[in-house]
Amino acid sequence: MLVPKKILLGALALLASTAMAAADPVKIGFLSTLSGPAAPLGVHMRDGFMLAVKELGGKLGGQPTEIIVVDDEQKPDVAVNKVKALLDRDQVDVVAGTVFSNVLMAVSKPVLENETFLISANAGPSPLAGKGCSPFFFSASYQNDQVHSVMGQFAQDKGFKRVVLLTPNYQAGKDAMAGFKRHFKGEVVEEIFTPLGQLDFSAELAKIAALKPDAVFTFMPGGMGVNLVKQYRQAGLADTIPFLSGFTVDETTLPATQDAAVGLLAGAEWAPNIDTPENKAFVAAYEKEYGAVPSLYAAQGYDAAKLIDGALKTTGGKVADKAAFRKALASAPFTSVRGAFAFNTNGFPIQDFYVVKAVKRPDGKFATEVAGKVFVKAADAYVGECPIK
Amino acid sequence: MSGAAAGARTLACRLLAHRTVLLIALFAAALAAAWAAGSGHGAALVARTALLALAAASLSFLIGQAGLVSFGHAAPLGIGAYCVLILGEYEVRNILVVLPAAFAAGAAFAAITGLVALRTRGIYFIMITLAFAQMMFYVAASLSAFGGDDGMAIAGRSTFFGDRILRTDTQIAVWAVALLAAGLVLLERISASRFGLMLRTGRENEAKLEALGLDPFRHRLIALALASGIAGVAGAMLANQVDYVSPSLMNWHISGELIVMVVLGGAARISGAVIGAIVVVALDEALAPFTAHWKLGLGLVIVAAVLLRGADIGALIGRPAKAPDHG
Amino acid sequence: MSSALVISQLLNGLQLGVILFLVAAGLTLVFGVMDFINLAHGVQYMLGAYLVATLVAWTGHFGLGLLLGLAAALALGFAMEFLVFRHLTRRDHLDQVLGTFGVILVVTEAVRMIFGPAPLALPTPAVFSGSIALFEGFNYPTWRLVILAVGLGVALLLWYLVNRTRMGMLVRAGSTHPATVSALGVDIDRLFLCVFAFGAMLAGLAGAMAGPLVSVEPTMGDRIVIIAFVVVVVGGTGSIKGAFVAAMLIGMVDTLGRAFVPDLLRAFLGRSAAATAGPALSSMLIYLLMAAVLSVRPSGLFGRRAS
Repeated sequence: MLVPKKILLGALALLASTAMAAADPVKIGFLSTLSGPAAPLGVHMRDGFMLAVKELGGKLGGQPTEIIVVDDEQKPDVAVNKVKALLDRDQVDVVAGTVFSNVLMAVSKPVLENETFLISANAGPSPLAGKGCSPFFFSASYQNDQVHSVMGQFAQDKGFKRVVLLTPNYQAGKDAMAGFKRHFKGEVVEEIFTPLGQLDFSAELAKIAALKPDAVFTFMPGGMGVNLVKQYRQAGLADTIPFLSGFTVDETTLPATQDAAVGLLAGAEWAPNIDTPENKAFVAAYEKEYGAVPSLYAAQGYDAAKLIDGALKTTGGKVADKAAFRKALASAPFTSVRGAFAFNTNGFPIQDFYVVKAVKRPDGKFATEVAGKVFVKAADAYVGECPIK
Repeated sequence: MSGAAAGARTLACRLLAHRTVLLIALFAAALAAAWAAGSGHGAALVARTALLALAAASLSFLIGQAGLVSFGHAAPLGIGAYCVLILGEYEVRNILVVLPAAFAAGAAFAAITGLVALRTRGIYFIMITLAFAQMMFYVAASLSAFGGDDGMAIAGRSTFFGDRILRTDTQIAVWAVALLAAGLVLLERISASRFGLMLRTGRENEAKLEALGLDPFRHRLIALALASGIAGVAGAMLANQVDYVSPSLMNWHISGELIVMVVLGGAARISGAVIGAIVVVALDEALAPFTAHWKLGLGLVIVAAVLLRGADIGALIGRPAKAPDHG
Repeated sequence: MSSALVISQLLNGLQLGVILFLVAAGLTLVFGVMDFINLAHGVQYMLGAYLVATLVAWTGHFGLGLLLGLAAALALGFAMEFLVFRHLTRRDHLDQVLGTFGVILVVTEAVRMIFGPAPLALPTPAVFSGSIALFEGFNYPTWRLVILAVGLGVALLLWYLVNRTRMGMLVRAGSTHPATVSALGVDIDRLFLCVFAFGAMLAGLAGAMAGPLVSVEPTMGDRIVIIAFVVVVVGGTGSIKGAFVAAMLIGMVDTLGRAFVPDLLRAFLGRSAAATAGPALSSMLIYLLMAAVLSVRPSGLFGRRAS
């Protein structure tokens, strides 16, 4: 029973390569984290993207469009294999998605070497913004450091003197601390690193309670953030020590933390209550479609689809002329749900950043709300290192 | 290629070799088909399957022959991959250095941890091998110069004195299939040798071996080192195939999946692991496009296979396995 | 460092210890009675948290939801034993590892399909939601104290059941002299069924108690079951006393390691090197402990001598 399977495989490969020439829809590979503890983030991102595709009648730029959604399982090696299949077997025109920076860094090599367009709907690692920037890469989200810098600037503005930093022990965690410290000039009393995926924060919280800082800054994505928020509230710290965060308090974790997170702060470039017609329509449509409040991952996914749509409209549905398609993308031909949006020379956005606060809405659902604008039309810190001018 | 040699062996050996040759021929045919179709993805799939099969075969040698159920075989696999990454950062890329280094590193890890692990039996052995693998996972995750928890892209693929012999997916697949063939022949030769007999005797009746004045500990340690070395080579090639190395390669789920491959295909014969690897990769490839929940399907297949005592899928195709007596 | 900090870290270690004990107890009993390796035990922990979270939301009352949830966890334990596990008891360890690994994949994925990948909310019951002052200037979360009390209560109950009841006697005898127990005409399969379902309920209780602290999501059992296995093996399989001692030991080592190793390392390494090496070393500590224990006592602290 296995022999035919192998032969079948070869035959399928043959079939696929001949079928390719016949029909010619725009093909987009969408890479997201759909299983494992971080799946809620990836699901939001995919749902946001697919909502936009649905609103456009399944056609991006008016072209027949095929979206191939694949799960990277948050594992770089799995992601590379699946992306190679997208490039080679499916011959996609654009690869979009990527929740995590390590996955994006792993797939960026094969995608960009293949001169295929890569559009991140979340991850924004510094190498791709600086020395490793590429004309084929665009970010519909932010550069990783920026969200943390927002909290650093906020802590500085608030006059906090002593702050404890708490992040997982990996590159993104270290980047978060560096990002926070860029604008914060007070004293960092303690930098606490925890193993990735840690369940229990009792030891760290006891330490924080003993140090009595003016504020805590943390970056705990996914389930870790849920654990931390619940335990922070229980330890009685939520009412006494301000909780500043990046990617910890958002609409993917609020359904689990609920009241425990109310009043906690986060940095973001988007919130559901940003007052533009596009955003209101997006949030209403998302809530109607999926029965949940969208998160920034959903908003970025939505924007990524609108960006591709706008660029295809500009080029008349053609991706083959790569210079033209690149030029179309770079002009950011769409109205972002977050308001003002333009691309810098490295393919990263120039946009506003906010401090957002978790609230319980009158309808009983939990969401984040803009509590103040911190940066206006901000560029990232690495654009100077990018050789593309 | 070993067809001529097979004629000289006993009937049982010939049957054994037969299935192995058949499997290698299958890989070669799949590779040829992918090459003819110009499918890089097909070649990559063949390479990945062959390399996982190689790692699973080395684990099968431990489980089926020596009776050592290691739940930490992902560790040598990951160590081999890190050899490529770390040596690459120091500009060492020659495959004649990298692969032996991966073998040596995997074997050294096993030899050192084996000194402690082999003092235990049964569930204690299963868990202590897991513990050592977890330790390696955390060591790898703390190597911040090599990407820490995130891992990092390798500086470049292995070369042959500067010659880029692993440039395309097809080239990697050729190497992977050749290494699988070499690994299978080696492991089966050893199993059929006096040393292999010693391992099996030790598995079933330790006292008998000791009565003969032989030391089962030493034999097991050598078997553990050999199998881990081979897993190291497989890991090094996997790193070349995906151009990326991360600690997730040492996750205990990978150790679990390798055991799945071994048992699914039947642990009585080394080649069973190859069949198990093909089944697991094929399931992934066949189910993943239809549903994000493909692991449900994999789980059901595993549970059904175990419950129906069809755990030896290998026995269903080709000739029945001779005396499947693992356990 | 202040004594309050040390005391609270000790309490944290104890509290992690009792959670681990609740999970490990079922695991070690099942192993003791039937020599059965159940990798899927973490699934019971996860299911317990899901059942209780769902039923608490449905009834609107924590206590009621907990009771119903535990009953459901017990029922699921019986059902799973009947469907899968009883068919694996007389197989070799390899088949058990494989079969229960398959069960993990199936149940985790099924839960993801039914409840979605997003974590569920399981709020702390209002009475226990704050923190209380144990002494002047030292507050400790009430819920963690509740966990501690429940865990120690269950440990006492188990000690009574195992040492003072007929069922317990059979369980003890089953783990040391299985042949004799069978020869006495005891239905060892039924004993296994009861022990298995009871163990599933204890794991479910652990999941429910941890629910208000951690995120209730499909893979929450994955990590805890590995640590629970470390507990079982360090304590010696089949030994409730061993599981209790080992759970406390590992809870302490893990918590105190995370709390103080980075500070200790700072004395030898630079600040930033210590900050990054610390977490790696503290995650490794429990495995180092296990390797050390097994190298001296290959059958764990309270285990049977190796055959």
